[in-house]
Amino acid sequence: MCDCSNGRDILVPQVGVITGITQETPDVKTFRVNAPEGGKLFEHMPGQCAMVCIPGVSEGMFSITSSPTNKEYQEFSIKRCGLLTEQLHGLRVGDMVTVRGPYGNNFPVETEFKGKNLLFIAGGIGLAPLRSVINYCLDNRENYGRIDILYGSRSADDLVKLQEIQEVWMKAPNVNVYLTIDREQEGWDGHVGFVPTYLKEIGFSTDCIGIVCGPPIMIKFVLQGLKELGFKDEQIYTTLELRMKCGVGKCGRCNIGSKYVCKDGPVFRFDQIDELPNEY
Amino acid sequence: MYSISKNNLDSLYQAIAGSYDLFMPIKTAGQTNYGFWKDGDEGDIDTLKTVRSGKDAFFPQVEQLYKVSREFIPADVASGEDAEKAADTALRTKLNITPGKLVDQDFVIFGMRPCDVRAIEVMDNVFLADPVDSYYRSRREHGIVVALACHEPEESCFCTIFGVDPADPSKAKADVATWLVGDRLYWKPISEKGEALTAKISSVFEDAADAESKVEEEKAYIENIAKQLPNAELSLEGWGAGKTDERFDSKVWDKVYKGCLGCGTCTFVCPTCQCYDIKDYTTKDGIQRYRCWDSCMYSDFTLMAGGQNRQTQLQRFRQRFMHKLVYYPTNNDGMFMCVGCGRCVEKCPQSLNIVKVIKAFANEKEVSADV
Repeated sequence: MCDCSNGRDILVPQVGVITGITQETPDVKTFRVNAPEGGKLFEHMPGQCAMVCIPGVSEGMFSITSSPTNKEYQEFSIKRCGLLTEQLHGLRVGDMVTVRGPYGNNFPVETEFKGKNLLFIAGGIGLAPLRSVINYCLDNRENYGRIDILYGSRSADDLVKLQEIQEVWMKAPNVNVYLTIDREQEGWDGHVGFVPTYLKEIGFSTDCIGIVCGPPIMIKFVLQGLKELGFKDEQIYTTLELRMKCGVGKCGRCNIGSKYVCKDGPVFRFDQIDELPNEY
Repeated sequence: MYSISKNNLDSLYQAIAGSYDLFMPIKTAGQTNYGFWKDGDEGDIDTLKTVRSGKDAFFPQVEQLYKVSREFIPADVASGEDAEKAADTALRTKLNITPGKLVDQDFVIFGMRPCDVRAIEVMDNVFLADPVDSYYRSRREHGIVVALACHEPEESCFCTIFGVDPADPSKAKADVATWLVGDRLYWKPISEKGEALTAKISSVFEDAADAESKVEEEKAYIENIAKQLPNAELSLEGWGAGKTDERFDSKVWDKVYKGCLGCGTCTFVCPTCQCYDIKDYTTKDGIQRYRCWDSCMYSDFTLMAGGQNRQTQLQRFRQRFMHKLVYYPTNNDGMFMCVGCGRCVEKCPQSLNIVKVIKAFANEKEVSADV
């Protein structure tokens, strides 16, 4: 978990410098973060999160979208949708933020996922946490089987990391990428339709692990779709998101049943989620 | 065992305060609450229930975690390549973080009742669990707890159902156990820290040949009152580790939460409630990052940009009691997150409280029948 060996309390952050900003979509930017002296702030695993803060404004939990195999920096893809994210979108290269983490568990890339076929299903900004896993798997390609990626967004302009998807993922060996957008759009000759519908149209076989992330309504219908295809709860993973302040399972906000999403999550298998009170 | 006359308590306080910060019940404007005692304050160990529990000793209502200052590098100081960079204001602003101070001096918490001492154990399971909260730990390491038996437990008390013994603070995880019997205070160190404190102030104590028998009499007196309290037989059946499914979807919640204003009084007077908020406060010397108590009863406690979760007061009310009686025990070997101090029973403006919840579920069959 947290590196406290330097005597810093778990709630005291490090200073991070914004070293790159990419405008992904009209309301999503990806921020590259480094330690002031260069290098990464910490090591993490795919699926883990960190608290990013503009002092005097607010602090929020964001999933780390870069893969741990990236040795130079960490990235956060952040959608503008509230007070803090609005201010984050106003930052420039060279600005400083505070970062603490990494927090939470991770996708079991070194255990349950190893040697398996993987099916990633993402909607909108839900690609952010999955991108970390996808790039981790691609960088350790020999450890995983077939990789299918189904990704959809409202429009072609809202597809996050499109360039990387086309130039890296689509060209990787034994990887199939399926893109879709909600409504017809000029210049888009790809698939049109919602992710859950497209999922059933493609009809994936159940010889893989499903990894789902997106808006709650999408997750709900994707789960239904996967079950219709014969998937079991035990072979589907997702991430939960609740309000968080401390990140270490103490402040009480993200408590669901006996679990704290910040500490015991954010990654859960659907059979684990079934055991939680229906309050997320 | 040591003893001191009740009339001389001020000299005991003075002796302690001579070497330590002394945190204890003080009477101000007719109310008794914990505070740091200084000469002239009216120490009050007769009042059974302080308004708040004294959990502030380890988990203060507000505390600074760190300070952030922005260091501005003037453009004219930079030279060469730096000067080019420094023309951009973003590159001229540096953030410096100064962590808050950890407590490094021993201090004494005096007059804490056995229920409130149990509450420290409850909080330990949260703050001292990995990863450890170092602010809390520094206070726990330096705090010396002097527990005080409850001379006359009151009707709102129900600590015994959680295994707390109001008659014998030496069973609590305290450093010194004390009893106030008639006009004397009896003092018994029970830990190394307690022995060290006692040695430092031993000159204020008097001989107490009859101490053991007086304390035994007092224990019997208290036990007799405790067992006759109206909620002494309250059953916790159906609560505890792993009882989520049995309780969560019950119709009883629809009834018991009604009237809850979401004011959060219960959480603030509760000795075990430990949920907190983290906020920034901008001052002219920089930005203070502080932690303060928060309440799961508040509508914005869990509110996110998308509107989730626990949007109704019923859900928030249920969360508080499920946390205390089911979720916390699930994570802590069955230990309940309630110590039966009864403050919520006395302070809720709508007379809702944990006793009512437990009773409502005990009568669940009848209640469900007419819902």
